[in-house]
Amino acid sequence: MRLSAYVGGLGVLGPGLANWPEAAAVLSGRQAYRPAPAVLPMPTMLAAAERRRVGRVVKLALGVALEATSQSGENPAALASVFSSSGGDGHNCHELCQALSLPGREISPTRFANSVHNAAAGYWSIGTGAMTQSNVLCAFDASFTAGLLEALSQVAVDQVSVLLVAYDSEYPPPLHAKRPIPDAFGVALVLTPQRRASSLARIDAVFSESIVDRFVDPCLEALRCAFPAARSLPMLRLLAAPSTGMAILEYLDVSRIRVQIEPCA
Amino acid sequence: MRPLLLKNFTATSCIGKGVTETLDNLLRQHSGLKRCEFETVDIKTHIGEVTGVDEIRLPEKLRNFDCRNNRLAELALHQDGFAEAVQGCAERWGRRRVGVFLGTSTAGILQTELAYRDRDSASGALPPSFNYGSTHNSFSVADYLRRRCGLQGAAVAISCACASSAKAFGSARRMIESGVIDAALVGGVDSLCLTTLYGFHSLQLSSPAPCRPFDVARDGISIGEAAAFALLERVPDGLDGEAVLLLGIGESSDAYHMSAPHPEGLGARRAMQGALDAAALEPGDIDYINLHGTGTPSNDRSESHAVTSLFGPTIPCSSTKGATGHTLGAAGALEAVISALAVQHGLMPGGVHTSEVDPTLTALYIRDNRRAPVARVLSNSFGFGGTNCSLIVGRAG
Repeated sequence: MRLSAYVGGLGVLGPGLANWPEAAAVLSGRQAYRPAPAVLPMPTMLAAAERRRVGRVVKLALGVALEATSQSGENPAALASVFSSSGGDGHNCHELCQALSLPGREISPTRFANSVHNAAAGYWSIGTGAMTQSNVLCAFDASFTAGLLEALSQVAVDQVSVLLVAYDSEYPPPLHAKRPIPDAFGVALVLTPQRRASSLARIDAVFSESIVDRFVDPCLEALRCAFPAARSLPMLRLLAAPSTGMAILEYLDVSRIRVQIEPCA
Repeated sequence: MRPLLLKNFTATSCIGKGVTETLDNLLRQHSGLKRCEFETVDIKTHIGEVTGVDEIRLPEKLRNFDCRNNRLAELALHQDGFAEAVQGCAERWGRRRVGVFLGTSTAGILQTELAYRDRDSASGALPPSFNYGSTHNSFSVADYLRRRCGLQGAAVAISCACASSAKAFGSARRMIESGVIDAALVGGVDSLCLTTLYGFHSLQLSSPAPCRPFDVARDGISIGEAAAFALLERVPDGLDGEAVLLLGIGESSDAYHMSAPHPEGLGARRAMQGALDAAALEPGDIDYINLHGTGTPSNDRSESHAVTSLFGPTIPCSSTKGATGHTLGAAGALEAVISALAVQHGLMPGGVHTSEVDPTLTALYIRDNRRAPVARVLSNSFGFGGTNCSLIVGRAG
């Protein structure tokens, strides 16, 4: 099995990383990594009423999705999409569970509608007008690689250009103690079946059982471990240079995904 | 797309544990809906509850997965010899060549709801016994099944609200066609919980009475629970004509509203057209449509519009949700199994509980069972967020 695509655009947002150029500077060693709380953009693509309703996880997903599609030059409404998150909107979930634990059990209809795991994908489709296929996944700590496999298989089998968005944000207490995601981290890639003028690199993925790539820098390694979506960082490091190379990414149990990156010079 | 073989399939819902009971109740037009007495829920509504879920015990080494959703998965796995069929599949292809693709909307969130009632009074902490990853998390049911069945191929939960387990077939199909795996355990599991019972109630989308899809007086859904599975493989040579195939899948988005369907069903129509295109079929090739048919005024109006705009007003349609309830993330897989039974047994199941079909809905909604050869069925699943998926299943011969 080998799945291949061309990377046409990237978006990154996380603690101390405002966007892909900043992440690329850090990952290629041109700039030191300074952790700081993630700053999430307002989703201006949504109407005012919808903008008020969305939580942090949706702002995160839409922010990186928009950065990647803008960079790629692709029409966002024409892209298929894969959204993969290890959790969803933790604050919204907490509010619902809290309300359901109290007498009366009055819950907000908007909170309930937003509780679906595909909320970010729904808002993306509403905001961009994309009527294309959109899949929404969860594979706990393997959510990034599961999303990558799904997106690459869409590219390979359906011959469509795909927006992959992987994103995770925190649960508040008391769930935080059970799932200690510290902040918000998201990554988005536009993947196309054919090489375009704007293509940054070719990506080839295969299963592997090699040792997972880690960072020497303890702050970057802590970042990689803190968010399932940040398990993508060893691959992003190659795309940042950009340089030819391989990255071994975590998948399920002893199974890994080996990603080969070949820059489009 | 290349058709795929539904090598084995099973379903457990309030109308039956396994396909024999399910078929029998469809033939009798029996509904499994009853007044809601689930847990401490205090809402006037009807539900489709599977009996005996609480008595199911998970294997000792997987005890940390214990929750209603995984118990329901375990219960369903042992119907129709499905667990043995999965083992046969793993032996034939190798454990690493068999993937797991499970649709769910709420997974084991009931466990979290219960844990919130049992917080430490001083610190507010959740009880030590509560395990988020193996119960609440959407992946838990896919993770449970891959460990339970010893499968080591690609595994993922698909969580697209009420289209989840229909879309699971799409993910599995792509992984098989691209050569990532050779076979897949595909399906959906969703179980009763307070979030959905109180949530749909808050949106005024659940009916106090058993749901009446396409009825002139329809007033909302009845929430149900189900687990339904299929083993999906490439079509082998020399296939028996009685075999059931997955012929087409179409997926789309409404790009319209988070909790209301597009009024003219544009996204729904696009999904149905996509399934026909994938199967290289014309609308006239479909014999029966198993509707999403939730029983809300807006869904049924929108879906009827979409169906007649593509298929015309004479194709027989019905919703089996009057019998099973709306099993949310499991509905796509449950109705794929019902569609497979329709094909195998020449049955177009009449819609239960609907007494007077809404005359403003132009689709031909059937209330009585029809017995006739059924070569191909299209099954619809639509979800919050405006996500749509249509499947086409049909006879091999």
